[in-house]
Amino acid sequence: METILLKDAQKIFTLGGEKVHALDGVSLSIMPGDFVAVMGASGSGKSTLMNIFGCLDTLTSGEYFLEGRNVSGMGKKHLADIRNQRIGFVFQGFNLLPRTSALENVQLPLFYNRNKKGLNPKKLAAEALDRVGLANRMSHEPSQLSGGQQQRVAIARALVNDPAIILADEPTGNLDSKTTLDVLTLFKDLNQQGITIVLVTHEADVGEHARRVVAMRDGRIISDDLNGNNAEALAAVQPGTRQEAAS
Amino acid sequence: MKWFKFVKVALQSILKNRMRSLLTMLGVIIGVGSVIALMALGEGSQKDIKTQISSMGTNLLMIHPGAGRSGGVRLGSGSLATISMDDVKALREKSSTLLAVSPNVRVSEQVIAGNANWSTSVEGVSPDYLTIRNYEIASGTFFTERDVRTRAKAAVLGRTVAEELFGDSDPLGARIRVRNVPFKVIGVLAEKGQSSMGNDQDDVIFTPSTTALYRLSDGKTLRVIMASAVSEEKMDAAEKEITQILRAQHKLSDSEEDDFNIRSQTEIINMASQMTGTLTALLSAIAGVSLLVGGIGIMNIMLVSVTERTREIGIRMAVGARGSDIMAQFLVEAIILSLIGGVFGIVTGLSLAFGLGAILGCSVVTNLSVILTAVAFTAGVGVFFGFYPARKAAGLHPIEALRYE
Repeated sequence: METILLKDAQKIFTLGGEKVHALDGVSLSIMPGDFVAVMGASGSGKSTLMNIFGCLDTLTSGEYFLEGRNVSGMGKKHLADIRNQRIGFVFQGFNLLPRTSALENVQLPLFYNRNKKGLNPKKLAAEALDRVGLANRMSHEPSQLSGGQQQRVAIARALVNDPAIILADEPTGNLDSKTTLDVLTLFKDLNQQGITIVLVTHEADVGEHARRVVAMRDGRIISDDLNGNNAEALAAVQPGTRQEAAS
Repeated sequence: MKWFKFVKVALQSILKNRMRSLLTMLGVIIGVGSVIALMALGEGSQKDIKTQISSMGTNLLMIHPGAGRSGGVRLGSGSLATISMDDVKALREKSSTLLAVSPNVRVSEQVIAGNANWSTSVEGVSPDYLTIRNYEIASGTFFTERDVRTRAKAAVLGRTVAEELFGDSDPLGARIRVRNVPFKVIGVLAEKGQSSMGNDQDDVIFTPSTTALYRLSDGKTLRVIMASAVSEEKMDAAEKEITQILRAQHKLSDSEEDDFNIRSQTEIINMASQMTGTLTALLSAIAGVSLLVGGIGIMNIMLVSVTERTREIGIRMAVGARGSDIMAQFLVEAIILSLIGGVFGIVTGLSLAFGLGAILGCSVVTNLSVILTAVAFTAGVGVFFGFYPARKAAGLHPIEALRYE
């Protein structure tokens, strides 16, 4: 069964009286254990796609199945529960709670989990931090951590409820090249442990770490290739990117 | 567990903005404080008035002469000598609801003892008067029925009179003169203090009623008949019975009005407590307005807080907080904010009440139910004024909240 199955997805925004097709007939399926990079320039619809995957937004038309469940018609309350239990988010700006320790930040999703009665949130959070290699930074607050460490706390937070999929929106956008590599390596490791990962990026060298690259433009998928065969698609999305990456 | 966490998050947010939280709470503190202080002082003074009126006597009924009529002109209450010693006798013999009955004949006179003199009221009463008015003998004795029969020239002095005439020396057995009639001091009363009307109840000399009536007064005019009902429950019955006996005694036909007035102690207490009660309620209502203003202050700050923490709300929603979770969090924060204010307010109010009570010399009645009501009310203020900001937070769209800078 597909982790994600999107059928003819349409998302139309009305901006100043003008209709914008952020998603214009997108169909996509992602199997468990996949590592997908969604690439595209800004305005291509990749962030909208991410919001749909993450149940933060709903489709105008079309259907979205997450682990076989049709999410399209669900109410806000159910969407919140799905976000909580089946989806882990990693954002560009980390989005950790300020003045709150790493351990408490990671515990946040458990606080809203209605199915994990009797489990020890502290223990689960500590285990998640250990998985991302921050076992020795648990009591630090975000301001005391480097960007890479903050992003790893965010990844631990995404992992803590044992989700079906981790959605990463430009996870390396605020990081330097060395920490970018660290975080991507962490994603790869987690993927090898069987976790499904979808990450959105506009940087080609980030996309290269994924197993599969989906390229978007104007709300449509223009290519969907296993890595190594996506050179043309990348060139089409962002002219010049490849040369820079090569140089 | 969950609520505990909400409380923890709320406390953290309140502590992070100490100054702002304190200013927000100030309105509630002042509101609750003044309500509690006013209620405590109001109930205290009500209690004071009740004790003062009760100290007049137990289950007291006062029968005053009625309004006279001169031709077509009606005169005021007490303008006729319509009550007499015969009435006293009739009440004593015929009533079943009265414990004791005493006439009261009063003359205001200059009293002389040796080279000291003092103007006071000399009241002729019966031995029962002691019981009726709750006076106690400090030294010596009170006079007896026999003294009443013999019109004995015996006097019992109130504390004030004793001090004014004799200073520190013992007045027992001494002679005093009232309108050139010599009296022998046979007793001194224990101190009773001020009455509810503010006059000194110890500035009095008691003599047998007959002595005062025939030796000092005109031989017929009674100022008042004081009676004591057998119990508090029998007060109404006693009042009816007195009316019945006196109407028969005065041979009044059905069409004629009573020529006497009966006033009971409970009536006076009710009147007085109604007055202070109205005043307390009015002042408390005014204080309640500041509580309302305080609540609006809380709403204001909570709205600011929601805007400030939009991003945090977005994060919480992204990791799975339902709208109701966000709502609960902000509601809890508003309630805690107003509850802390309420507790500070209770402390302030009580200290204010006890401070003012000590300065003004009136009792302070702290009522647990008032305090609990105040706490419930402040929590209510929190819910009421926290609801709108909390709903606003819960209604945020997660994506927009996450993007908020």
